[in-house]
Amino acid sequence: MTETTSSERLPIELRTEALEQLLTERGLVDPAVMDKFIQMYETAVGPMNGAKVIAKAWTDPEYRERLLSEGTAAIAELGFKGSQGEHIVVIENTANTHNVVVCTLCSCYPWPVLGLPPSWYKDPAYRARMVREPRTVLAEMGLELPADTEIVVRDSSSEVRWLVLPERPAGTEDMSEEQLAGLVTRDAMMGVAKVSAP
Amino acid sequence: MRTTGDLGGTEGWGRVKTPTPTADEPVFADRWESRAFALALLSMGRVSGRNLDAFRHTQQRLERPEYFDDTYYGQWLHAAELMLVDSAILAPGAVEARARRLHGEDVEEPPVPEPNKPDYQPTGPGSLRTVEDLPRFAVGDAVRAKDMKPEGHTRLPHYLRGHRGTVEMIQPAALLPDTHAHFLGENPQHVYTVRFDSRELWGADAEPFALAAELYESYLEPVS
Repeated sequence: MTETTSSERLPIELRTEALEQLLTERGLVDPAVMDKFIQMYETAVGPMNGAKVIAKAWTDPEYRERLLSEGTAAIAELGFKGSQGEHIVVIENTANTHNVVVCTLCSCYPWPVLGLPPSWYKDPAYRARMVREPRTVLAEMGLELPADTEIVVRDSSSEVRWLVLPERPAGTEDMSEEQLAGLVTRDAMMGVAKVSAP
Repeated sequence: MRTTGDLGGTEGWGRVKTPTPTADEPVFADRWESRAFALALLSMGRVSGRNLDAFRHTQQRLERPEYFDDTYYGQWLHAAELMLVDSAILAPGAVEARARRLHGEDVEEPPVPEPNKPDYQPTGPGSLRTVEDLPRFAVGDAVRAKDMKPEGHTRLPHYLRGHRGTVEMIQPAALLPDTHAHFLGENPQHVYTVRFDSRELWGADAEPFALAAELYESYLEPVS
């Protein structure tokens, strides 16, 4: 593709600007549409959406049941749907079983509920090692699991997208749904962390 | 052969570089990342006549510097550029030449080529499709991931090939990325979540855990 060697490679910022110029000056891409996309993923779509789903499941047993059996539809009830969320399966973490999500082939991630993936999810080390030594990787990331906890690593190799329903922490019985949503982290909804009480 | 981006189980990476938690991480670390993200999304479909699976295939076959050396959204940018060259929306070297001009170099830009988009339309939005035939496998069936050596795109990770697992769930049917990425038809198939024992994948000394992945029906064969 390029005639230069890697030592002479131009900064990626310049390549990006060059591609944008080439496409916009021919009217192939509208910069205003680019702005709209970017703004959507910077402000409207992110882990705060998934946190609302989890908090509702913790406080509404019927919603929880729907979420675990028909994830995509239950999530759409709260208005969250779209690209990279065609079919979302919600899987529950319990005291005995711990699910953790990875994409070894690229970076497939449930955008409507979590937004764009964080750095660790895209890190080649995470993608390579999570399917080979998950207990070690989780410990390095700060999650030490008991030896008798069964670990299930879910490699997102198709268009199915996974969302983890973390355990509700003890001591949160008096908290409202909104307060609970404030506790839920993106990392817990991918299974690399647990939710802690405040 | 393992493609550049097929990383499952590969060694030599060290620790995950970004520690958790990452609640405060910005969506885009720098402005160019957001522009590269939007350009890649908008380069699929109407502009190049290509699709998400073609984009993923383009990512998979990038050279290592393009895949790893310009961070994540740099990889997207390189893949978008290559996809646009594949459809002759851009001439080879066009982005390089423009970038060098932006860099202050006196470089001639190649002329705009005659576009050559694939003559191909998906049968509907997204990837979910209806399949009339019943699923070949049932929950609990023992299956083996075929030891495929595809020339083109696939979503069967290298580390699962030839290994035996058990069907855990049947997922909605979907078009087959292997052919859709090359504009050779959708070939909709049943999709299965298949669970593998870690020792089946990595040997007797492996950490005990289960690995589950979604596999298209044609990736699987029965185990008698």
